[in-house]
Amino acid sequence: MDSQLRWLSIGLFLLIAALSVLPSLRLLVEALSHTTFSTSSPMAEVLKSERTWTALRNSFYTSGLGTLIAVILGCGFGFVVTLTNIRGRAIWVFCFMLPMMIPPQVTALSWLQLFGPASPILNTLGFAPALGSPQPMYSAEGIALLLGIQSAPLVFLALRTQLISLPQDLLEAAQLSRASQFRIWVDIILPLCRSAIIAGAALAFVSSLGNFGIPAMLGIPAGYIVLPTLIYQQMAGFGNDMLSQVAGLSMIIALLVLAGMLLQQWLQQRSCYSLLGHTAQSLSFRLKQWRLPLEILLALVLCFILVAPLFALIVSSLVPALGMPLNADTITFTAFYEMIGRQGVTSRAFENSAFLAFFSALVLMLLSLPLGYLLMRLPMRTRAVIASLIEVPYAIPGIVLAIAFILLFAKPLPFIEVSLYGTLGIIFLAYLSCFLSVCLKPVLSAMSQLDPALEEAAQLAGARPIQRLIDIILPLTAPAFFAGGLLVFLISINELTVSALLWSAGNETLGVLIFNLDESGDSVLASAIAVLVVFLVAGLMSLLSLFTPRLPKGVIPWHG
Amino acid sequence: MARLILDGVEKSFHGAPVVKGLNLTIEPGEFVALLGPSGCGKSTILRMLAGFEKVSGGQIIHGDDCLSSSTRHVPTEERNFGMVFQSYALWPHMTVKENVGYPLKVQKTPVAERNKRIKDALEIVQLEEYADRLPAQLSGGQRQRVALARSLVTEPDVVLFDEPLANLDRHLRATMEETFRAFHKRTGATMVYVTHDQSEAMSLADKIAVLNKGQLVQWGTPQELYARPRNTWLANFIGRGSVLSVAVVAPSQYVSGTNLHELIRQHSSDKASSSVLVRPQDIHFVSADDSALAVSVHSCIFRGERYDIELTLKDGQRLLAYSDVPMTLESQHQVRLGQAWSLESES
Repeated sequence: MDSQLRWLSIGLFLLIAALSVLPSLRLLVEALSHTTFSTSSPMAEVLKSERTWTALRNSFYTSGLGTLIAVILGCGFGFVVTLTNIRGRAIWVFCFMLPMMIPPQVTALSWLQLFGPASPILNTLGFAPALGSPQPMYSAEGIALLLGIQSAPLVFLALRTQLISLPQDLLEAAQLSRASQFRIWVDIILPLCRSAIIAGAALAFVSSLGNFGIPAMLGIPAGYIVLPTLIYQQMAGFGNDMLSQVAGLSMIIALLVLAGMLLQQWLQQRSCYSLLGHTAQSLSFRLKQWRLPLEILLALVLCFILVAPLFALIVSSLVPALGMPLNADTITFTAFYEMIGRQGVTSRAFENSAFLAFFSALVLMLLSLPLGYLLMRLPMRTRAVIASLIEVPYAIPGIVLAIAFILLFAKPLPFIEVSLYGTLGIIFLAYLSCFLSVCLKPVLSAMSQLDPALEEAAQLAGARPIQRLIDIILPLTAPAFFAGGLLVFLISINELTVSALLWSAGNETLGVLIFNLDESGDSVLASAIAVLVVFLVAGLMSLLSLFTPRLPKGVIPWHG
Repeated sequence: MARLILDGVEKSFHGAPVVKGLNLTIEPGEFVALLGPSGCGKSTILRMLAGFEKVSGGQIIHGDDCLSSSTRHVPTEERNFGMVFQSYALWPHMTVKENVGYPLKVQKTPVAERNKRIKDALEIVQLEEYADRLPAQLSGGQRQRVALARSLVTEPDVVLFDEPLANLDRHLRATMEETFRAFHKRTGATMVYVTHDQSEAMSLADKIAVLNKGQLVQWGTPQELYARPRNTWLANFIGRGSVLSVAVVAPSQYVSGTNLHELIRQHSSDKASSSVLVRPQDIHFVSADDSALAVSVHSCIFRGERYDIELTLKDGQRLLAYSDVPMTLESQHQVRLGQAWSLESES
């Protein structure tokens, strides 16, 4: 191998090991290190504790119910938006994908503003429940509903991708066999989509299981604890074996999630039909007189799951204090002024999050160029193994990754005696580990679509690997790099789960700030910040949409 | 300018042999075609010459340097080779001028000289006025000419062509063949040209290596291959004609006139047999004659300048002949065969 390539490979190999493999390994070691067969080992303590089993039961209940809601919503939207001649398809897709990109703590906050005795909207309309009556969102079902809404886009995406690849010929062949539209749907389309729906459901379940923001905002006040929030609470209490116990809990979630992912992959492979035929024109049913009613129904559902909560959020940010109605006399921008002007912690959190997001995106973009390039040169099987190693930190729940990083950096670094714990540095490293696969995916897919002859021609011209990378590969895959970087920026600027455990005074992130403000009862200010976050998310998503024509298919999730 | 030698070159992928013990000596300035059906290993040979693939055995020698052997591999970047790809492989983000000039830029040629050589190269392929266009704004033939200009701008010792005309329509092919011929004459570079199209190989190359299943079948000038193919497979692959089973005869010789007719008459399916190649232009229709062969017309197809007549011999074997006039189906005729070339049996 060329010497440039060899050094590049060694460097990147060490990097992958450090970012992707080391955290998981450290967690495993901690969870297993004190394992003895005595009943007093930390792992045994965890398994003996009633709280663990309650949290596990609660996790399964909320995630299961949430998955059911996600499948109903996702399939409904998926079939209607993809298979019919409904108008304004791109807008429906964009709006339905939005809940996935809005951070969970903001979703939770907006629903809290929608219901309950203090709801500004209900107060404005005049039918708020009496003071002192319970907030309906502080319940297992409330958590499940929001988990369902948040993960419905996952089911939607899986189904939509499959539906788009169904060739029109299949439908035409069935029509020639005189099948009615209903029969076609039951006999042809549904069986061919079953695997996609199951895969989407498994993904929704796994992502609900690892979700922290929603059960933290809705469950902790009601004393309803799931696994991620149990870890969060245990971290707050100090005990002898606290870290080992938390590591044990983390291992339980990580194993559940990884088992779910494997199950999903297995199901998908097992029932995967290879589809022959032309995909130039995808399926479409004519709706005739049903089109308008169906469009109204979709709009109503979207109003309920997206528009109303966001509206409640905006209203909340404009009232002087929670519980007051919004009208011409009470409307105030105090919260926004306060956020920008007075509160030191707010501007600091903005700065911290912007700094973290910007540099994570930048560093990951710079890394994924040589990494993607080297991965493409590896044999298929090795590439698959390394790609799944990179995927692990993103797949395991953020709370587990955070624990792994605490374990790694709790002590000062060897040799240089610098402690990263309690600095922005540890959050930064965790983000790099977590989002590497987010940035790498579009890059890899762009590179695999590149004609290898383009690089070979440069090789014949005498260009060495690094020069080829800069002159040929980079300009040709640039849109994918920017898309990857923007995605990382979008996700990490709102990130809560990892930073919830890793933040320290002076190192708050936006996600932590909203969470803390809400916990301390300052919902108005929290809402104001959340409103800005939502606009930021929608803005960045639109910016990414501009790149779509120049990107490989499937890179931007909301263009499916 | 140096001689290019392939000495017992072997290549296998995951244990499956793709090229088996290939020996070729390509003289400086020769235009050589590697010809064979798809999957015969010809592209792999080209990629080994370019240095994209390592050899599994044997060696590739250029002048006094060993480019590839099982222990040594000179990377592509250090071989002064040019190549024209089937997909053109023009960099879409660079203009025509930048594409052609890139090899010079990599070699850090001074700007003044670079511009002069780009101009010269574009002049050879007659694209001077397109220098500032992007590849997307060019037609297929123009793109291929840009690729050609790029491959010659560094004055490489060897230029490789990987099925360069496969993506062009028939009319453009003729023009591009002319361009390649003129290009070869002007630069005098050694050229190795991979194709599956025998007429392309015949009309362009000084020498042709015919490959089948990873092995060299025959190595010679186009005239030699046409007149004296080694075995039945090659006789069927190159040119038009009929391979007849006849009574046993030594291979690789011409059989003519009465001897040939005797061989055909003596052949019967239960005895050992040999094969001979009869070209259609060697079949003459004659009036009734003792030594002539009796045939009947099986089909008659109009080809413009003449008719293709498929004849059936007494024993049922088919024979292709040409005729200036149409012939009635099933009509009986007499033919005399001028000569035939005896073949080795396949493999």
